[in-house]
Amino acid sequence: MNFADLDQLWVYLSGSPLLSLLATLLVFALAVWINRALGGTPLVHPVTLSIAILIGLLLLVDMDYATYFEGAQFIHFLLGPATVALAIPLYDHRERVRRLLAPLLIACMTGIVTAVASTLGLAMALGARTETLLSLAPRSVTSPIAMGIAEQIGGIPSLAAGLVLLTGSIGCALSPWVFRLLRVKDPAVQGFALGLSAHGFGTAQAFARIGAVAGAFSGLAMGLTGLLTAFLLPLLTRLFGLGG
Amino acid sequence: MPLIMGMSVLLICQFLGELLARGLMLPVPGPVFGMVILLAGLMIRGKVPESLRLTGEGLLRYLTLLFVPAGVGLMVHFQLIGQDLWPILITLVLSTALTLGVTAWVLDRLNRRRSRQ
Repeated sequence: MNFADLDQLWVYLSGSPLLSLLATLLVFALAVWINRALGGTPLVHPVTLSIAILIGLLLLVDMDYATYFEGAQFIHFLLGPATVALAIPLYDHRERVRRLLAPLLIACMTGIVTAVASTLGLAMALGARTETLLSLAPRSVTSPIAMGIAEQIGGIPSLAAGLVLLTGSIGCALSPWVFRLLRVKDPAVQGFALGLSAHGFGTAQAFARIGAVAGAFSGLAMGLTGLLTAFLLPLLTRLFGLGG
Repeated sequence: MPLIMGMSVLLICQFLGELLARGLMLPVPGPVFGMVILLAGLMIRGKVPESLRLTGEGLLRYLTLLFVPAGVGLMVHFQLIGQDLWPILITLVLSTALTLGVTAWVLDRLNRRRSRQ
């Protein structure tokens, strides 16, 4: 019997998209299982846990991100159609959205101003460098928008994308405590706050944890915040005396 | 073929959204416009076709999984984040908590006032 050289087998496997695609699915399934075994605690969110395990694995086998992404891009691609699909729950709850339109817009503006002002204020007080500051500013919006804005105001786009992801997982972990503290029980309100502050991660969390109403409002908040931030942020950073 | 039909509708909307975003040179991603286009379509049609609901709700059920590949990309930024680690972490945690709280509080208040009227 002939066995292929283990080395050669690894060279083949690590070069094909199959391995990283399979690893992503299996690690995610494992993370969901671990999260359930721990009683569904928001502190170890399945997404955050999957990301940590996968980064650990990649560092362990010395595979770089570009190689991993060749396989994982098939999953990543589905984010586009999934974002479009957010129109479905939004349509289902259109009556409620229409009734709440004015409060939603006011809450959205207040939320964006709070996010940007507290981010810039805190980071300036803590002595972060200007590039970091300008990459932090758009952290509440979904990453493609954040990258565009960071570039426009003078931040580092790839750093901005990373900070957006961190914000998303922090927002999901903090949300149950914040809602309990403020005694906010309405799923529409919870969803909207999650979508505004933690973009796609928050929307996913709203769907998985709270329900379809929260998911619909979260998706709405994500879209609105993205659109409004693109216009508001350049003005706000100038107010803080940053950028041109 | 409900899955094929549903997926095609989603991809067509994404494609139109992408065209619109590029054409107008806006920093907003195509899928966000795609969502608006699909919503307008549904409003005109007056109902969600069964095939579209099947595909769309299937995708949304696994929305969390779809963020994993992008999230692993954090490993590329370790060095940049490390240079300003504490300011970044403290800012992110405090500011995210504040944003969540303020948004939820404002909306909750406006909501209650409205339902009392």
